[in-house]
This record gives sequence, structure tokens and C-alpha cells, in this order.
Amino acid sequence: MTRFVMVIDTRICIGCGDCVVACKTENKVPDGLNRDWIVEATRGTYPDLKTEFRSERCNHCSNATCVTLCPTGASHHWNDSNIVLVEPEKCTGCKACIAACPYDARLVMHPDGYVDKCTFCHHRVARGLDPACVSSCPTGCMHFGSLDDPHSEVNHLLKTRDYKVLKPETGNDPNVYYLI
Amino acid sequence: MSEELLVTARDNALIDPSLHIWTWEVAMYLFMGGLTAGIMFFAALMTVRDKEHIAPFAATRLALLAPIALSIGMTTLFLDLEHKLFVYRFYTSFQITSPMSWGAWILIVVYPISVLQILSTFRSGYSVFASFVDKLKPARLLMDWCERNRVTIAYAVIPFAVALGIYTGILLSAFGARPFWNSGVLGLLFLVSGLSTAAALVVLIARQKTEKELFTGLDFVLILSEIALIGLVIISLASGSGQHIDALQIIMGGPYTFQFWVMFFCIGLVIPMLLEILEMAGISKSLAMLAPVLVLVGGYALRQVVLDAGQESTWTHYETQYSPELLQRLPGKD
Repeated sequence: MTRFVMVIDTRICIGCGDCVVACKTENKVPDGLNRDWIVEATRGTYPDLKTEFRSERCNHCSNATCVTLCPTGASHHWNDSNIVLVEPEKCTGCKACIAACPYDARLVMHPDGYVDKCTFCHHRVARGLDPACVSSCPTGCMHFGSLDDPHSEVNHLLKTRDYKVLKPETGNDPNVYYLI
Repeated sequence: MSEELLVTARDNALIDPSLHIWTWEVAMYLFMGGLTAGIMFFAALMTVRDKEHIAPFAATRLALLAPIALSIGMTTLFLDLEHKLFVYRFYTSFQITSPMSWGAWILIVVYPISVLQILSTFRSGYSVFASFVDKLKPARLLMDWCERNRVTIAYAVIPFAVALGIYTGILLSAFGARPFWNSGVLGLLFLVSGLSTAAALVVLIARQKTEKELFTGLDFVLILSEIALIGLVIISLASGSGQHIDALQIIMGGPYTFQFWVMFFCIGLVIPMLLEILEMAGISKSLAMLAPVLVLVGGYALRQVVLDAGQESTWTHYETQYSPELLQRLPGKD
């Protein structure tokens, strides 16, 4: 399985929300719905507070429960990679995948009723480009690439920096990494 | 302090502020699925145990209600689908890891088996209608065959009825992302509840005293088992991980405490059980019809509260959520 990962440097991210706007523009996400979002996590006691901004989205899990619980095979891994997509022609709109996602990252998106979500901009990835959110980030805190390539930037970052993933205890094996 | 705020406007439909993808349509389906399982199970059991003289309704007429109940459930389930034109996609693949896929195929198998079960006792249960069916030669031959193999069909029905009843619970318990559902006992609880509602239905409709007594006794045992299983569900959540313990709070002081303990546990289990005790002891006959009605109401309440509480339980805990109402407070927005 080709493993595409996103690596986001929380020490650089300022939570500007450009990634959210870029996604809405690139993927024509309907009003009132978002495929990605920003979380501001604050810890500590005043005045010793620590704030972390996280740009969150589908984690494109290697062991994705939305894929295993989909009754029709509409939720699938794209091209033997970890990128999770939904095939609208196979989706019944039963919403099992929405319930199956521990990150609450999936939506009933289209007015017709099929389920949609972040695609890691696979249409751009197929052309060798970064996802829209990554290419539009003004701080350069977002990185995208393949973990299988030993010389990739993401591999280098994960080898040299401390990082975390969200809720690894779900067992879903998420692929959005946060540098801390 | 530790708080996680959503700073961009995430108000994703059906997900924020808490998951609310499934409503009464799915609860009704889970209820009807369980009831169908119970109906088929008891009709088969009465045939296998040769109890026609004691329980003539259950042995010869009950089975007809199975496809009716199941069809009501499947209709409401269809109403819940967002992408209705593509419903046939359930039957273009089989996904071995998805309980929902298993369920879709179980339903397809249950229908013809249910028809065979009905035909096997149709002449004795519904003689007027059977005489119409008899006019059609292939139907008559099929009915003859079913009658001859009545006991074999009944034995074949039992595993499918159990599979149908238990799957409605496994369907929910397979969602690791919703800790409240994530207990292996849920399948068994839904099965026993389904059997209990079917027993209550027999008590409600049957005319013969021996039959009412038999099924009141059966229902009493089933309610007792249900109470024990609820205890096991609570133990399994209370002794689980942090997410499971949080999920249990939803019915232990949280937003669904009233629905669970009053609407389901008291009204749907304890009160009918007490009424059944009074009835079996011959003390009160005037409330005889109330107990089965409450059991049926309780059966639905169980599905609804478990469905709701499960959607409330989550792995993600943002301290605040975006609320579209906040926009209305901006100056110039009346």
C-alpha cells in the first residue's frame, strides 16, 4: 500500500484558515460544509498557557473503519494507497461511514445525498501536485508526500522531529501527522 | 486547563454539534427487525415443540405477521437512505467486514424462508384465504410441500431468526467510533428484546387462555434476561477505556438518563414485569392488556435510546462548537 501522509508543523501554524478556504475553492465544497477545519487547543493555567493550532481533516487511515464498515464498497482505498475515497455511484447514503469515523470527518455532502469528505486532493496528487490546502498555506507549515520514498520531505521531518497523530488508540492508523 | 476550540466555522450538517445521522426511521427498523426475528422464532418453536393445541395462534397464524413487520421496518430504513436511487448497491457486493452488508443479505434470505414458514401452516391458520391459494396449482403444490416439511422448515427458520435478531445489535456494536454501542453484549440484548416484543404481541392478539399464560411466562423470563444483559452492558462500559466510561455517563446523569431509565427501563421492562407477576399469581386481570403494550413500547424505546445515546458518544471532544446562532448576534443581523 502506497502511504501518502500529511505532516503539519503546529509550531508554525497560526490558524489563519487559508487551508479551509483553499479546500472550499478547489473542491467547490457547498455552503455550510467543510472538509477541513482548524482546532485551537489551549492547555495550562493562566498565565502559563500553551496554544496549539491544528488543521484537521480526514486522516486517510491505513486501517479505516469507514472502509471496513461500508456495506457496498463505496468507501474504498484509492489505487492501493491509504487515500480513502467514496464512489458516489456505489453510495446508498446509509451514513454508516459517518458513524464509523472516530474523527467525525465525513459528511453527507452532495444535495443528491452521497457521502463526501477530504480526498487528499487525489486529482492533484495523481498529477504530482500537493493537495490544495498544502500548496496554499502561507506559513509553509503543511507538507505532503509519500512515506515509501526514503528521501521525501515528510520522511525527513518525521525522522528528525517529534510528532503525534490524533487518537492513535482508535487503531485506525491515521496518516495526518502533527509536528510538536 | 485543557480545552480544544474549533476556530473555523465547522457546522457540518448531521455531525456538529454532535452526530445526529440516524433518527426514528432507523430505530423503527431495528425494532421491527427484532420483532420479526421473535415472531419467526416463536412460530417455529411452537411447531418444533408441537404446541399447536396449547398455542394455536403462535403455531399457525403468527408467522404471517413476520413479513409485514419486516416490510414496515425496511420501508422506514429506506426512508433513512440519503441516496435512495442507489439502494440496489447493497446487492451488487458482499462486504465481509460490514455487519450492514451481512444484514442486507440476511434480509433477502429471510423473506423467502418466511413465506415457506407461512405456507407450512397456512391451511390450518387461515383456511379461508388458503382456499383461494389452493385454486392456483403451483401454489397448491408448494403449500402441500411446505405442510409435509413443516417441522424441517421450522428448524431451518430458527437460525435465520436468531441471525436477524442478533445482527441488529451487532450492526451498532461494530462501530468502535461510537463507544456507547461498542459492547459485544448489545447483539444479545437486542435479540432477547426482539423475542420479548414478539411474545408480548402473542399475548396481545391470542385468544386462548393457555396461550396467553404460556407467552406471559416466556415474556417474564425474557424480561428478566434483558435486565441481566443491561447489567452486563453497563459493566462492560464501566470497566472499559475512558471513552467507554464517558459514554456510560450519557445514561448515568447525562442527556439520555431519563429516556433510558424511565422510558425504557421502568415503563418498558420493570412495570410490565410486575404486571406479569400479578397476572401469573392471579391477582390482577384487569390490567392484562397493559403489560404487552408496555413491552412493545419498551422495545421501541430501547432502540431509540441506544441509537441516540450512541450518536452522542464520541472520541472527539471539542470544548466549544461553532453555533450558527452566534451569527445572529452580530450587529446589523436581526
